[in-house]
Amino acid sequence: MTASASLEQAQPDRRPLKRLGLRVEPYLYSAPAVIIVATVMLVPLVIGMTYAFRDIRLLNPFSGGFVGLDNFRRLAADGDFYLALKNTVFWTAASVFFQFTLGLILALLLNRPFAGRGIAQALVFLPWAVPSFLSGLDWAWLFNPVVGPIPHWLTALGVMSQPENILSDPDLAMWGPIVANVWWGIPFFAITMLAALQSIPADIYEAASIDGAGPFERFRAITLPFLAPTIAIAVLLRTVWIANFADLIVVMTNGGPADRTQIVASYIFTTAFRRLDFGYASAIAMVLLVLLMIYSLLIVILRQTLLARA
Amino acid sequence: MAAIDIRAVDKSFQKLKVLHSVDLSIDKGEFIVLVGPSGCGKSTLLRMIAGLEEVTGGEIVIGGKRVNDLPPKERNLAMVFQSYALYPHMTVAGNMSYSLRLRKIAKEKIATAVAGAADILGLAPLVERRPRQLSGGQRQRVAMGRAIVREPQAFLWDEPLSNLDARLREQMRAEIKKLHRRLGATSIYVTHDQIEAMTLADRIVAMEAGTIQQIGSPEDLYERPANRFVAGFIGSPAMNFLDAQAAPANAGHARLVTEDGLTFEAIPGLELPSSRQLTIGIRPEHVLLGEAAGEGAKEATVDLVEPTGMGAIVHFRFADISHQAYHLGRASWRAGDSVKVALPTERLHLFDATDGRRLN
Amino acid sequence: MTVTMSRKRFAATLAHRLAVLAFIVVALFPLFWLLKVSVTPTKLLYSEGVRMWPSETTWAHYAFVIENSDFPLFFRNSLIVSLSTALIVTLVAAGAGYAMSRFAFRGKMWLVGLLLVTQMFPLVMLIAPIFKILSSIGLTNSLSGLVLVYTAFNVPFAVFLMQSFFDSIPKDLEEAAMIDGATRFMAFRQIIVPLTLPGMAATLGFVFTAAWSELLFALMLISKTDASTFPVGLLGFVSKFGVDFGQMMAAGVLALIPAVLFFLLIQRFLVKGLTAGAVKG
Ligand SMILES: Nc1ncnc2c1ncn2[C@@H]1O[C@H](COP(=O)(O)OP(=O)(O)OP(=O)(O)O)[C@@H](O)[C@H]1O
Ligand SMILES: [Mg+2]
Repeated sequence: MTASASLEQAQPDRRPLKRLGLRVEPYLYSAPAVIIVATVMLVPLVIGMTYAFRDIRLLNPFSGGFVGLDNFRRLAADGDFYLALKNTVFWTAASVFFQFTLGLILALLLNRPFAGRGIAQALVFLPWAVPSFLSGLDWAWLFNPVVGPIPHWLTALGVMSQPENILSDPDLAMWGPIVANVWWGIPFFAITMLAALQSIPADIYEAASIDGAGPFERFRAITLPFLAPTIAIAVLLRTVWIANFADLIVVMTNGGPADRTQIVASYIFTTAFRRLDFGYASAIAMVLLVLLMIYSLLIVILRQTLLARA
Repeated sequence: MAAIDIRAVDKSFQKLKVLHSVDLSIDKGEFIVLVGPSGCGKSTLLRMIAGLEEVTGGEIVIGGKRVNDLPPKERNLAMVFQSYALYPHMTVAGNMSYSLRLRKIAKEKIATAVAGAADILGLAPLVERRPRQLSGGQRQRVAMGRAIVREPQAFLWDEPLSNLDARLREQMRAEIKKLHRRLGATSIYVTHDQIEAMTLADRIVAMEAGTIQQIGSPEDLYERPANRFVAGFIGSPAMNFLDAQAAPANAGHARLVTEDGLTFEAIPGLELPSSRQLTIGIRPEHVLLGEAAGEGAKEATVDLVEPTGMGAIVHFRFADISHQAYHLGRASWRAGDSVKVALPTERLHLFDATDGRRLN
Repeated sequence: MTVTMSRKRFAATLAHRLAVLAFIVVALFPLFWLLKVSVTPTKLLYSEGVRMWPSETTWAHYAFVIENSDFPLFFRNSLIVSLSTALIVTLVAAGAGYAMSRFAFRGKMWLVGLLLVTQMFPLVMLIAPIFKILSSIGLTNSLSGLVLVYTAFNVPFAVFLMQSFFDSIPKDLEEAAMIDGATRFMAFRQIIVPLTLPGMAATLGFVFTAAWSELLFALMLISKTDASTFPVGLLGFVSKFGVDFGQMMAAGVLALIPAVLFFLLIQRFLVKGLTAGAVKG
């Protein structure tokens, strides 16, 4: 008993430190991540926002002063920006639509066991691993009548009168990056959908077939409702991501011909990278950020109202 | 001196209070079994003893030393998990020796300890396998082996047999009992299984909603449950309960009248103010049926007969309330038959109707 | 009856296999074409434009790219940048992912918030400020600058990924280890990390692939040849020698190799994630 008493008295000295140690442990584990993300992303983000209100041109030593809303006024009158906005909507909608549709089909095909499924899966997902710049270049070459087969095929099919590069046709050019994007992005949707499909318990399907549901009925009554939340999230995230995804356009067309493929993201990049007009680039970026936020918010509200009604 | 002393221990998860001032003193070498309905806090108490959960209030003393703020590794306890929690990337021998290796014990000593434990548990031919190459029962043994290779101050078991099939469970239960007799180590064992509790325990701790309801030997809890909860929880099939009222005394002995008009004369040694509400309990195996019921038995209707091999559980009904009787041997009744039933007075358990306290 | 059934089945199976085949062909054709042009002798390039395989093949383009161009340098730079990024991100994300998987702490909501916010805004917004900041501390035209930026960009996603891998490992295991006498950190190192190795490899692969592909920040931050990564070098090559298709595609195939290798490393994790399985079955 005496031993325990003395031990109990010795305790209070170490207790607070021990408790403190337990409390800080999770912070120690996450500190490196927080520090690097905060300093390399959050701080520049805030600084970048201040650029939108300044005149910052890298080649002009006299720039740097605050100009208030000048950049935004210029933006409001910038026809290129409106064109880019229009192009962004088209680029994003077409890319997401085809990526999603084909990705879902692919996921359904792969969700069925068959000999060689592992290999087939590895092969169809391969484009996902191709660096985006390379898939851009690759498709630019495929569309190039000098080395690529596509224009020749299209001519043979009678779609084109003679083998031409659609990337230099202002009316068709946007389809170039879209095709490359769809090719490159199908695996993303297929992977996401496949993961969701595989999480549907098999016995639900078995129960449904015993109850007499045919394949289409099973798809409608089980697969779709189970996939719906994943589809919603994936489409929302992917839409925002694609709207910001300028690599393919920078590589394949650089916004041309005649700015017909310029999207807002590539416009920001060009403004910063080629014209070195950081102030204006940041102003466009702010507007893009606000638009994307409004979009996400609208989706969330739409979802809530739909859920509330259901 | 007690091996483990739990003094006024409280536990809250954020706002949710799951243990209320638990007191329990465990002697050296004792086998304590914690029972109680799901969610009553058994695992939580065990994990607090192990050091896996912080103690919100009160103190836990192991071997005379307050351990509230000691990490698990400094408590020198062994624990067998329901999931076994075997390290999948280590062999059976690796699993069993991990604690010894952490203590930097000499290689030869580790080898002897592991070989010894493997022998005891019949794992000797399997020591080089990985957990995934073992059957459920073998994994369970490895989990036990991991606990016995060292000499812990106490063994903690959290439903260690609940993932096994019935036969294997019986066999392992016997082995745990043998093991305990052999090692004589203090043990705290959580289970849902009545038979495990009855056969293994020196003392059973019955818990409900974060409080201890009764601590006692298996016989105690079975024969003299401290309250209605324990009476209903211990024993399978469960005790029958009837609501009753005390009637005016008859020659100094309490008389009881149930709702459906049963009267019990002369409960020995019990005096009750008349019209007091109470609950009568009687175990199914004490209900007398048919000829055994003898004179003055009541008529009841048989609802259902469930043969168990050794006997049969007979569901019968008085007025509108269904009760069960355990009849040893062959039961000749069928559903719908009428049967004579007697509830022997000396077998009755009486509980207060409001707080459930035992009265006799 | 059975005959029509099995015929119908057969038709469905056939349609299924054909559809899969179509997807495979579409997925592989552009890569095949890259390879084809890279081994076609320049003299045949125009005369045999749409043939599926040239009548004559050559390694000359590869030889030229490896011997006479800066591509080996670009390749080395990209390898350094991507590997360092992948290693650092995996370590950093393992820590934060573990904290998020195993601890309930007050700052957790803020941590998740911070990581989510960085996933939501357009990275192009950062091009200008990061360029300014890095140039003021001399980290433009430097591989370390790129590693720093790429690390930050990839940490948030990797943290969520690692968290899901840790979540799939039962908590019991490290509790058992702690009772066996390990500290939490030892349990982490000796029990959890070995079990998460496949997950860490997957994270490493994801981050490597992302860093290997990054283009815009590399273009912005690097203007000197000796610090150029592969994408920057390849684009420079394209704009300078836009007609040497054979050589460009040979370089492209070379750039593809590490990405494909890492893809093979991680592809089995793409769908399955990690199944716990460790404890019960
Ligand atoms: N980490 C936790 N956070 C919040 N509440 C918890 C936590 N762990 C347990 N609880 C709650 O504490 C109560 C007691 O849980 P405990 O696991 O001790 O029950 P138990 O008696 O072991 O039940 P079972 O027999 O089902 O294993 C339950 O209500 C449970 O929901
Ligand atoms: Mg439990």
